[in-house]
Amino acid sequence: MTPEQALLETEAPVEMITVVIDGFEVTVPKGTLVIRAAEKLGIQIPRFCDHPLLEPEGACRQCLVDIEINGRAFPKPQASCTIPVENNMIVKTQLTSPVAEKAQAGIMEFLLINHPLDCPVCDKGGECPLQNQAMSTGRPESRYEGVKRTFEKPVPISSQVLLDRERCVLCARCTRFSEQIAGDPFITLNDRGALQQVGIYENDPFESYYSGNTVQICPVGALTGTSYRFRARPFDLVSIDSACEHCASGCAMRTDIRRGKTLRRLAGDDSSVNEEWNCDKGRWAFKYLTSRERVTNPMIRGADGELHEASWPEAIAFAAAGLKGKRAGVLVGGRATVEDAYGYSKFARVALGTNDIDFRARPHSDEETSFLSSIALGLTTSYKNIDKADQVVLLGFEPEEESPIVFLRIYKQVRKRALTVLSDAPFVSRGSAKLGAKLLTDISNISGLTAKSVILVGERLSEKTGALSSAVALAEKTGAKLAWIPRRAGERGAIASGAIPTLLPGGRPVSDASARVDVAAAWSVDSLPSNPGRTTSEILLALSVKNLDAVVIGGVDPLDISNAALSQLLNSFVVSLEITHSAITAVADVVLPVAAVIEKSGSFHDWQGSARAFDKAIADSLSRSDVRILSMLADEMGTPINLPTVAATAREISALGKWDGNAVKFESAASVKDSAVGDKLNLTSWRLLLDLGTLQDGEANLAGTARKASAHISSARAEKLGVKVGESISISSDFGSLKLPVEISEMSDNDIWVPRNSIGSQVIANLGFVSGQVTVVKA
Amino acid sequence: MDNPLTPRSNDLGLTAAAKANKPIENQDAKSFFAQLQGFWVTFITMFKKVNTVQYPEVKEPTAERFHGRHQLNRYDDGLEKCIGCELCAWACPADAILVEGESNTEEERYSPGERYGKVYQINYLRCVFCGLCIEACPTRALTMTNEYELADDTRAKVIFEKEDLLAPLRAGQLQPPHPMAPGKTHIDYYRGDVKGDLNG
Repeated sequence: MTPEQALLETEAPVEMITVVIDGFEVTVPKGTLVIRAAEKLGIQIPRFCDHPLLEPEGACRQCLVDIEINGRAFPKPQASCTIPVENNMIVKTQLTSPVAEKAQAGIMEFLLINHPLDCPVCDKGGECPLQNQAMSTGRPESRYEGVKRTFEKPVPISSQVLLDRERCVLCARCTRFSEQIAGDPFITLNDRGALQQVGIYENDPFESYYSGNTVQICPVGALTGTSYRFRARPFDLVSIDSACEHCASGCAMRTDIRRGKTLRRLAGDDSSVNEEWNCDKGRWAFKYLTSRERVTNPMIRGADGELHEASWPEAIAFAAAGLKGKRAGVLVGGRATVEDAYGYSKFARVALGTNDIDFRARPHSDEETSFLSSIALGLTTSYKNIDKADQVVLLGFEPEEESPIVFLRIYKQVRKRALTVLSDAPFVSRGSAKLGAKLLTDISNISGLTAKSVILVGERLSEKTGALSSAVALAEKTGAKLAWIPRRAGERGAIASGAIPTLLPGGRPVSDASARVDVAAAWSVDSLPSNPGRTTSEILLALSVKNLDAVVIGGVDPLDISNAALSQLLNSFVVSLEITHSAITAVADVVLPVAAVIEKSGSFHDWQGSARAFDKAIADSLSRSDVRILSMLADEMGTPINLPTVAATAREISALGKWDGNAVKFESAASVKDSAVGDKLNLTSWRLLLDLGTLQDGEANLAGTARKASAHISSARAEKLGVKVGESISISSDFGSLKLPVEISEMSDNDIWVPRNSIGSQVIANLGFVSGQVTVVKA
Repeated sequence: MDNPLTPRSNDLGLTAAAKANKPIENQDAKSFFAQLQGFWVTFITMFKKVNTVQYPEVKEPTAERFHGRHQLNRYDDGLEKCIGCELCAWACPADAILVEGESNTEEERYSPGERYGKVYQINYLRCVFCGLCIEACPTRALTMTNEYELADDTRAKVIFEKEDLLAPLRAGQLQPPHPMAPGKTHIDYYRGDVKGDLNG
């Protein structure tokens, strides 16, 4: 945190100090660095190593200025990025001091002595601080006549980051980021003097989930991304501010487009959310929409059982005929924008006359439904609460894997003031180890929680019956702040939009007659369905036993729900709104192409509940957002929902507003103690950040840094099974089995953990469930 | 001003001048000799050699440094000089050039060094032949020829692709992709130390 932010965020008065820089007075909080104080006056001092979010290093020496305090001058120019302001300090930058100017020019000349003339082939060319500052501070002609030091170039330090050592100016931004922000000190400065270089440990590649940030903050072209290598020049790119669609952290992003194609994404700047960072998934996983065959035209399944391309009116008419008057449900998927989810919600209630709508394309429970419809929307916990927390409790939530920016925030506080972190995970994962998390055995009796504590509940907590209830009770008892952090970007917005059987948009309970009247009036319909709706699993079950005839499906992967989900769809009329061909489109009767995030505008709600709006990056895309297509479909069915554009939908959502009546009561469930029977083990799992997720399709460089799948068991269990680390075990259920190498962790002898959706470990597909009892033998 | 097509505001006072219908001034003797001098130029020109060329039957060579069609040059062993840096496209005031770079690999090498131009297009409907692209080129890959017959009958035909712009292979040059000369690096190429065929 910079001193300015500290001033904003703490109530205690901060001592202010007035300094004179280049003859101008400026008053800044105590502790501010000279370089920041100069920025406040609009005086730019050239710099490479200085970064406002990293600790001062003083490595590059480019920011030398003349400083005098109380009339006594430093004998030599000082690095303004390491010296805090003091009373009676007089600073002369390159603008007023010939000494500082000469010192800076000298440093620039030194930096350029061994810097190769790579600018024409360097990815940083055109947006390079070294190029810019060589122009402002350097000499027009080089005086150096010797041979430049050369290194082999480029060296991959991971499959997604390339290192060109010749270009490095040894500013240590990358190594400081990795150590101070990400907690992954996998790169370091080796050797000394002219041979000093950034290096990786011999057996440890740079497999950090945050490695992309080092590419972004590198002030020269020393670190470049493999995927963006030689793809474009800054002047080719059209940059659009956007939001990340990968998780509920809510990162601000910048999307760079060249000729209708996303070439790269960068972390945006939002100090209240992601600061200036993002994770590698958000940065590099954007090829999913071109990786598989894109649905470009509407398709209808003909009498021959094959999909055939059709015109829009034909396909809409066919879909409308299949849905009109039928008993139909809606599966939204957790990736819809708020506007799209609202479209699905209104479509279900108005056009289909049902509350059978659910956004949860994952394991879920009735307890969770009740939690989401009563408590979740009212949660106001935010990143700020994490910053000020005295304890953080992680329940069913692995921040580094499931919401990486939340992890960075917690890690920041752990590093700064040794924040206590508790986790209910079966073992200390790598992320938890970085947070120094202590494991919990029983949720209900955590001691020492206060009103400043934060309880972060993940979507996985619903998989253990009664656990959500315990968490809610704990928060009520202690006054601790509760937050629900889903994995997918669209889930919180989907609840707010009413894409859940129990809620109408704005958090209005379906069971409340006045809420229904409220919404019916806003939608100009006579009445809304009042019968209780079905959840995802109930919709699928109803389809398979013919209690429902048809279903409208957004972006859903059936294997995220259960291994039976796809077969349950087979005998019903399926309308699929999809970007690319998928398992659902393979069985769908009508496939309607929709726009991907870069082609549409919209917004997501992050886990804090705040809107993260984004605009379309590709202005002339022909693809349309889901809500537009649902609106056409509803028109054709004769029950219009009147949502012709995303903008109109957003207007309607804000006009409708939030429910100000009473929320329904949370129905808690009693917890069930699960115990291993005989030789069986309790299987637990979660998804790794980089795995087989659909949105990571087509990005091999990113997949190259995914953590290898392995099964974690205790050392006693391993001994009992007769396996050593790295040997394979076979894990089997009644449904099937999978084989994984063993890793030994400190955990209960009755537990086993495997990644949920990684290569060689697709738990739902292989074992049929995500948590339960499995038989484990040596393979 | 009855004609609706006459621009009223841009009249520049010409209508008023025409209405005034003033006689031509300066009709004195001095003026007469000035006019005669003018006619003399016209008269004497009738006896000068005519510059008109019967193009296209007759074609004359252009000036040596005439700005004509571009050419993408090669090193002596046939590797392309273009590194796909896009500086030409950056310099172009008419946005006539499109370049997309790509990595060279050991198996598939088009130019010395890491990078080559995979896509190279010049749109001659846009090009103004100013030559700023030539000045920008860091490897002397892009130069201009004296060829000026670029007219064609469709838009697509006047967007020249990389294969249209690449210099033809001379004797001793080998069609890329092929490796760099043994023992040589891209720096040797830039310095002009690689001569003739593959053996450098």
